[in-house]
This record gives sequence, C-alpha cells and structure tokens, in this order.
Amino acid sequence: MTDVSAPSPSGRSAYRINLVGLVGLMVVLFWGVVAALAPHLIPHSVGEIVDTDYFGPMSRELWFGSDYLGRDMFSRIMVGARYTVGISVVALTLAGFTGIVLGMIAAVSGGWLDMILSRLLDALNSIPSKLFGLVVVAAVGSSIPVLIVTLSVIYTPGAYRFARALAVNVNTMDFMVVARIRGESIFYLIGAEILPNILGPVLADLGLRFVFIVLLLSGLSFLGLGVQPPYADWGALVRENIGGVPYGAPAVIFPSLAIASLTISVNLLIDNLPSKIRDRGAEA
Amino acid sequence: MTSLVQIRDLKVEATTDAGRRVEVIKGVSLDIAEGEVLALIGESGSGKTTIAMTIIGYARPGLRISGGEVRIDGTDMVTLPENKRAALRGAKVAYVPQSAAAAFNPAITIMDQVIEVTRIHKLMSPASARAKAIGLFKALSLPQPDSIGDRYPHEVSGGQLQRLAAAMALIGDPKVVIFDEPTTALDVTTQVEVLRAFKAVTAERCVACVYVSHDLAVVAQIADRIVVLKGGEIQESGTTREILERPQHPYTRELLAAFEPKTHARAPDGDDVGRHPLLLVEQLTAGYGPKQSGRPLVKAIEAINLSVKSGRNLGIIGESGCGKSTLARAIAGILPGYDGNITFNGRELGRNVRDRTRDQLRQIQIVFQHADTALNPAKSIEDILGRPLTFYHDMKGKARDARIDQLLDLVHLPKAVRRRLPGELSGGQKQRVNFARALAAEPMLILCDEITSALDAVVAAAVIDLLKELQRELGLSYLFISHDLSVVEAICDEIIVMYRGQKVEELTPASVNAPQHPYTQLLFSSVPKLDPTWLDTLRQGAEQVRTYC
Repeated sequence: MTDVSAPSPSGRSAYRINLVGLVGLMVVLFWGVVAALAPHLIPHSVGEIVDTDYFGPMSRELWFGSDYLGRDMFSRIMVGARYTVGISVVALTLAGFTGIVLGMIAAVSGGWLDMILSRLLDALNSIPSKLFGLVVVAAVGSSIPVLIVTLSVIYTPGAYRFARALAVNVNTMDFMVVARIRGESIFYLIGAEILPNILGPVLADLGLRFVFIVLLLSGLSFLGLGVQPPYADWGALVRENIGGVPYGAPAVIFPSLAIASLTISVNLLIDNLPSKIRDRGAEA
Repeated sequence: MTSLVQIRDLKVEATTDAGRRVEVIKGVSLDIAEGEVLALIGESGSGKTTIAMTIIGYARPGLRISGGEVRIDGTDMVTLPENKRAALRGAKVAYVPQSAAAAFNPAITIMDQVIEVTRIHKLMSPASARAKAIGLFKALSLPQPDSIGDRYPHEVSGGQLQRLAAAMALIGDPKVVIFDEPTTALDVTTQVEVLRAFKAVTAERCVACVYVSHDLAVVAQIADRIVVLKGGEIQESGTTREILERPQHPYTRELLAAFEPKTHARAPDGDDVGRHPLLLVEQLTAGYGPKQSGRPLVKAIEAINLSVKSGRNLGIIGESGCGKSTLARAIAGILPGYDGNITFNGRELGRNVRDRTRDQLRQIQIVFQHADTALNPAKSIEDILGRPLTFYHDMKGKARDARIDQLLDLVHLPKAVRRRLPGELSGGQKQRVNFARALAAEPMLILCDEITSALDAVVAAAVIDLLKELQRELGLSYLFISHDLSVVEAICDEIIVMYRGQKVEELTPASVNAPQHPYTQLLFSSVPKLDPTWLDTLRQGAEQVRTYC
C-alpha cells in the first residue's frame, strides 16, 4: 500500500496516512463541506417543482434527475446532507461525551457508583434500538431535537461500555496510583491520566458509532418517522422515491449512494487514522 | 574440533517507523561445541536475545536477518525455508523462555504441553513420551514427578514451572537448548535450585546450551564460556575464568565492578542519638479480599513495627509474596491498613490516603518498580514532571520550566528528553524520570519499591549512586524495598527481613554479617557470587530449605 507522508514544517513530528485513509478522509471532508455550504450551492430550491415529468432522467439541467414530484434531486441531496450529517454529528457528540465521561468515572471510582451506572446503562442497552426510536417518535412526534436526543440516548450505553472497559485497564496502572496518592481529583484522573491513553480506540469506536447513527436515522426516515417533509434527509429521500425503483430512476439511486459513500468512507478513515511518526534515533 | 553451532558474520536489522534501517546485530560470529554451555551476557538492548533467537531461525516481528549464516550441524537456519526450520525446532534446537508462566497454556495440563513436541515431530508414542517426561521431571528434581504432569500450570510454583519448561525443551533430545533469562523472574532461594537442576540435566545429556542473562554471577555458575555483548557487537569472549579474572574490555570491567560489594558509608551508631524518628509504624496490619467482621480475608502484613530516622535509610528485604510491597502501599495509604498507627514527623497520619492533607501527601512519595507502568505513556516527560510542581507548589510558566530542567539535571538526564514520551526512553532513563517526579514534590521520605529490579547491574549501580548523591544534597530518607540483598546493603543503615507478612529479623549495621534467624541465613546464602564454584560448593541446611522454599 502506498504511504503518503506529510512532514510538518518544523520537521519535529510528522503524520502519515495511507492511501485508503486519505480517500476516506477526502469523502468525509467533501460531505462536511457540502453540509455546511448547501444553501449557497444548490441550483434550485428544495421545494420547487422544476421538471414536468416525475422520476426524470439525468440531464444537463438536472444532474441527478428529478424526484416523484419533479423536484431537483441534486439540490435535495445537497440539503439532505445537512440533516443526515448534522443530526448524526450532534447525536454522536452527545452520546460520546456522556458515555465516555460516565465510563471513565465508573472505572476510576469503582464500587457502588460503578455498579449503579453499569446496571442502569445495561438496562438501556437491552432495549432494541429501532423499536425504542419508533416508540419515542410515535409518542412525542418527530422533530429534530427529539431525533437527536433519541439517537444519543440509544448510543450512549455502547460508548459507556467501551470507554469503561478501556479505562478499567488503564486504572490498574501504577501511574494512576501515583496520581491518586498525589491527591488528584477525579476530573484530573479521567481527563489527564486516562483519556490520552484510551483516545485512539475511543475515536475509532465513535467513528463506527457515527455510521450506526447515520444508518438508524436513515432507517427511521425511511419509515417516515425521521425528518419531516418538505425537508428530507437521505433516508427520507430513498423512501419518498421508492416508487422509482421499477423505472431505475436516479432519484432513488443517488441518495442510496450518498449514504453508502459517507458510511463506507468514515469506516475507511477510522481504520486508517493518521499515525504520528516518532523516531527518536533520527531526532537526536 | 568441529563446532555444533557456527554463527558467521550475523547481521540483523530493523526498520523504524520513518523507514530508516537500524542494524541491531552488527556482524557477530561465534561457535558452540557439542555439550558446551555458552553464555551471552550484556545489558538490555545489547542484542543477546536477538542472537539467541536466530539460532532457532527466528527474528522477532520488525526484525530481519540481513546477512551472515547460522549453521546448526551444517544446516544454515538463515536460508532454510520456514517449514524445514519448524522441523528442526524442538527436535534439534529448543528454547526455554524467560517467563514460563506466560509460555504455558493455562487451559492444558502440563504433561500434554511437555510431550507436545514429540507429537508434532512424531518422535515417539505418547506412552513412551510420558515415561520420558517423568524421567526428566525426576532429573530436574521436581516434587511428585509421577503426578505433577497431571496438574495445570497455575497449580505449580514459578520455580517448578521454569523447570517444567526446561523438561519441555529437553523432551525431543535437542542438541542445543537456548535459555533466555530463565531465572531472572525467580527469587534467589528458588533460583539456586533451578540453576542446580539445569546444570545437572544438561551436563548429563551432553546438550549444548546458550544461556542468555544479564546476571554475571548466575552465568558464572553455569557457563563454560562467556560472550560479552554491547550494542549488537561482541566486546569480549573467553572462558568463564578468563572473563572473571582477567577482563580486557572496559565494559566487562564495568559489569564486574557493578558486582563489587559496595559498603554503605554508615554514620557511627552514636550519631543516631539525637535524631527523631521521621516515620514510625506501629503494629500495622493490612490485607486483601472481602472484609469479614472488619478484617480482610487474606492478611498480607501482620503487626509490623518499624521506624525510619530522618536522613537515614531503612531496607526491607524478602521474597515475592512476603508482603514488602503491601507494606509500602499501606504506609502510602493506597491500601489502608485496618489496624495499627503511622506517625510521620511527630504527627499521626490517617491510614487512608483520603484522610491525609495535601502537605502530608507531598512529604511521602512512592517510586514504583516498573517505570513502564508508573509513567503515563501518553504524556511527555515535561508534563509528567510538571504536574507535581503545579499541584503542590503552584508553579507555572517559566518557574516551572526552570524547575523541570533542574530536576532533569538532578537525575542526570539531558534536557532534550523533555518532549519525549516515556516509551522513547531506555529503562534506566525511565526510572530516573520516575524518581525525578518524586523529587518534584520535595518530599522528606521516599518509598522505593524494588526500583532497581527491572534494571541491569550496571544501570542499577548508577541509580543507587544517584540515590546516595541526592540524599547527601537534599537530606532525604529512603524506605528501600528490594529482594536483592546486595542492593539493600549498598544503601541502607538498617535492614528488616520479612517472611510471609511478618518481620522475622531486624539487622543493624553491626549484625548484618551474622544473621540469627534461619530464614535470613538461607536468604543471604542464596545470593549468587561471582566465584564459578559457588553453586557447587554451596551447602544450605536441608531443614531450612524444606521450611522456607
């Protein structure tokens, strides 16, 4: 495999990423930029009917064809990226933050706090995620904040378990004992002593969790419980254009491709995260 | 005379992260005759294990044999295809690892693992392999040779497991056996037995041995010839007597000098009169396990009394499992004792670390054995040393930076290591950083828990010298815990001998040469001496050995 090295100007430390990781990074960055700038990039408004035909083919005018009402697919996918990427990232941040912080606290304090937290989150973990999403959305109705909270609640126990398992190992190290007898507070212990040691695997796990969130959100939208019309995330785009499958309409293929490209490239990226090159012999 | 193993101009190289090639072994040549015991000795990183591994045609991941040849009985292991090498391993050349405990599969009985080699190479029927294994167990003076094979690895002691690993290596009647630091992880009293067993068995079967070790005294007992390595090159080689009596190379002399018994310049006894005890421990009892009516299930230390006078050092010596580390943890408050008093500097200390004030915590620092786990691998040296400065002394910015430089200077480390991570330092350097962190708190007492055990002799001697120097400059007191008598003698004024959680004897400078307690006598007599005849002439009371081993 080809390695691409990017030495920093100081020459002290450099990062290396391999080609697969670089491709993943590019695609992820691309979707990030699209999500951020979508309103300025779209040729047509998302609600505007621009085609007289429905499920229109790809053309010079409408790059990704038109949807079941004759709206511009290209614009709808660009704006859909905002919902898919935005909701997933916020939900992931919430789930990751609570899960990891609680996990590290449980590992460091041990005893009854660990017991209560672990059993509580295990109980939450035992509820099937899609059903939980269905019930909550059916009960309180679908809105973006509800979706974000639901998704983050569903994915917190996993992040908690993962972080706790890693932190328990670090917690037995002598440097933790040294920090404890120095009299450090629990926040220093988890933030400065444990976190740097579990960061790599935790980031990889978060990347994987991001993919699950995107897929669950798309799944909910596909069932009609996600983002509501006239707006649509990628999952909703697939659902509303499902009638185009018999015609091989681009309107159903492109949102599917968008979901696939994002989730696959996030996976490729986290499996090939840039690694820092440290070579003490060369440094001296 | 044709030699059994011929190594000619062996080169091994490694490729670093940045793609740079580093030569680890730089053209080593040596010969081993049939039935000869050759010792490879050198500090960690000198390439001794790497060379030994090439004899079984193996290079650890990341390493590559880049040149030269390793012939066993005429077959070149370097050019041989992997499947042919595998056919030789166990049958012609065998390997005994450093840690038998990690090398045995805990889920399979010992016998099945010992005779596995004969099954793989189809050497003999299982029944005759078993009979042969039992013969080997007897020869290695293992207890209950007929039934020990039916046990699982966790059911025998460390010394026994090491001998069983040797049985595993010898079952295929190899011509060469490689012993990779086989007694390093053992207690001195166990080491004596294991060495005796190895020596008898290999001599009887006329097996050539390659004995890898960093301990010159151990090697002196067992080897015919010694090869001294440093930096992947042979510094000196010769018969054991030649090396011990007429060392030529400066590095060999340094190694030998590290063994010179160092007598600690003790203050005359009368000088102690005016000194008040800095640390006074009375009837301290601690243990592990679930509490039953306020007492833990397993008592690790029982009713320990000791006192450390200010500016003086107390040594605690004993074997693994005697409770010496638990004692340090109980004094530090990590494992609160459930009975007894700790008085420090005239004031009573809480038994639990949480009941102590920040200033009390600052005054007692602890330094652990394994610098690898005692230093956070994800933090730079600067951050590691800077934290106690900020935490206890509220130092920031320039003052903190200057103090870090000063601390590095105190422990003789270059300023360049500041930005490195612990993983990028050598073992000795890490231990110095570990120590500098304790110094950063400006303590009055430092609890040193086996701090030289993971280091080789030359580096350990340097660390001990450093401790003495710092004591002179900063007026520290040490509580020095070790299983190594020579280390404790080198630095301590008084020594406490522990056995099974109890203090068995307290030695003063005057009585250190004439211990009274039988366990102390056994322990002291088990420390290997450089004299090659030491093991053969060593007579230990049979009753003592039975009682304490």
